[in-house]
Amino acid sequence: MTAKRAGYVFVAPFLVLFLLLFMFPLGYAAYLSLFKDQLVGGTVFAGLANYTRALSDPQLLQGAGRVGLFFLIQVPIMLLISLAAALAIDSGLLRAARVFRLGVFLPYAVPSVVAALMWGYLYGPSFGPLARFGFDPLTDTLMLPALGNIVTWEFAGYNMIILYAALRTVPAERYEAAAVDGAGPWRTAWSIKIPALRPALLLCLVFSVIGSFQLFAEPNLVQRLAPNVINAAYTPNLYAYSLAFTSQQVNYAAAVSFLLGLVILVVSYAVLYTANRSRR
Amino acid sequence: MAQVEFQYIPTFSITKSLVDLRPYGADANKSKFVDWTWGQVTGPNGEIFAYPQDTGPMGMVYRADLFAKYKIDVPKTWDEFAAAARKLHAADGKVYLTDMAANETGAWHGLMWQAGSKPYTVNGTTVGLAVNDTASKKVADYWGGLAKEGVVATDPDFTDTWFQGLNSGKYAAWLTAAWGPVFLGGSAKSTAGKWKAAPLPQWDAGSNVSGNWGGSTTAVIKGTANPIAAAKFAEFLNSDPESAKMFNTVQNFFPATTALLADPSFAAQKSEFFGGQQLNQLFGQIGDTVNKGWQWPPFLDQSNQDWTETVGKALADKADAAGATDQWQQRVTSYAKDQGFTVNAG
Repeated sequence: MTAKRAGYVFVAPFLVLFLLLFMFPLGYAAYLSLFKDQLVGGTVFAGLANYTRALSDPQLLQGAGRVGLFFLIQVPIMLLISLAAALAIDSGLLRAARVFRLGVFLPYAVPSVVAALMWGYLYGPSFGPLARFGFDPLTDTLMLPALGNIVTWEFAGYNMIILYAALRTVPAERYEAAAVDGAGPWRTAWSIKIPALRPALLLCLVFSVIGSFQLFAEPNLVQRLAPNVINAAYTPNLYAYSLAFTSQQVNYAAAVSFLLGLVILVVSYAVLYTANRSRR
Repeated sequence: MAQVEFQYIPTFSITKSLVDLRPYGADANKSKFVDWTWGQVTGPNGEIFAYPQDTGPMGMVYRADLFAKYKIDVPKTWDEFAAAARKLHAADGKVYLTDMAANETGAWHGLMWQAGSKPYTVNGTTVGLAVNDTASKKVADYWGGLAKEGVVATDPDFTDTWFQGLNSGKYAAWLTAAWGPVFLGGSAKSTAGKWKAAPLPQWDAGSNVSGNWGGSTTAVIKGTANPIAAAKFAEFLNSDPESAKMFNTVQNFFPATTALLADPSFAAQKSEFFGGQQLNQLFGQIGDTVNKGWQWPPFLDQSNQDWTETVGKALADKADAAGATDQWQQRVTSYAKDQGFTVNAG
């Protein structure tokens, strides 16, 4: 009995903060999303009207499609780079492996706001180094790849560290067994290391689902440089932000945010489910 | 008390966030301020929501050295301006007569204002929307045409690209407000002495009309514990001759009081950055020509965003800017309806 009570006491600090800082705002947002506040006429109960509106809102659907595309293209590229870097460090064949590891990881230590500003300078249409070659990425067609480049630069190192850490936990016996069986470094990487990385890769993938669908800071900052390319609904998160702060539609913004959370949940679950199934 | 820009007064008064200053004797101050500014702080039922603090009547600042180099006369009409833009860009492909920033709703509204457009008419919960009226279309058609020809730039303003353009002589002129010259002196230091200022080009030769871009007011926020003191201080701050003068000399605000504008020592000030030109006198005269009766909507941020995504986008993409005003109209209309306003189109 006392042990049980002690357990509650230990959990209490977390629980209080969790309820206060996580569940309460979530509940409040859910509550808000059921109303409609107009400049004229005040607040009225709207039921699920905000949700039905969101599901047929072309601006939201376009933004969701855009981040979906972003996820499908940027994430595989980023994870391949992370995987290659992690395998390279783990192979022990690199010179100055620690410098390399730190170098690849360093961008993650740069705040995304700073990263977006920095790349903004590089992309700058009249003074950036790219502009010297007549290359302007701040256009309708190239903006998404340009943002993908920033995100890849920021997070490849982060994912690399996760994968590298997972590689360090592979028992040495397996390598010895592989060596006894006559496997070279490539064969070891393919047949031992990559299968061992599966759970870690899955973790990276789920993080990337969340990151892609919540894309906000990078487009928000680059928007200043290309206000006519990145519109207010470029990503669903940006849309929710501009709905709340430009359009004064806090209730609709809450509904959009909730739907976005739901989409992330579903996609994350789908990723885990398919990965688990294919393992069997 | 809060400093509120003219264009945001309806945004705050619709939510009943501002105190009507009439009970505190605001009416008696009407004659102290430039009359169009008083119109801007007056609500639909005659409420006085704020005291004008500074203004931004629009003019044109230009690089006199570049104009001389390419033999361009200061354009007096928009036709002359267009001809000058073509001539300049033909002479040097790296130079544009000006930058019509495709994100700058303030300047755009000012130019619509000059052209006599009446995009917003607000009367309580009824709002008239005509952001695609004839004058608005005329402005959009004009700038859209120049952008399509590629003889004016459409770079977003107040960005690094733009600051660099002002310094490097990429833009030979900037259509700006009375606060623009001081701003320029700070952000384009390397070009000191090369600039001059003139009134905006006109739609009809011989006429003399301008619009306004920016400027601010002092309003009293609802919920204040001490409305009398706040209202009286707001009045003193902006109408007292000494205080108004300090806003100009210390803060570089362009004045809103008739007394200061008429003060000979104010008008006689010379600007070094502009080769000794008497800018106060010039912009003071322009201030008298600002169209009266312009109104702002109670949801300006939304209208601005819609402009950037329709007309601004068309400018940047060298597409049909005049046609894009219809999309702008459609977007603000559906927003206003959704917010419960009764909307009168046109």
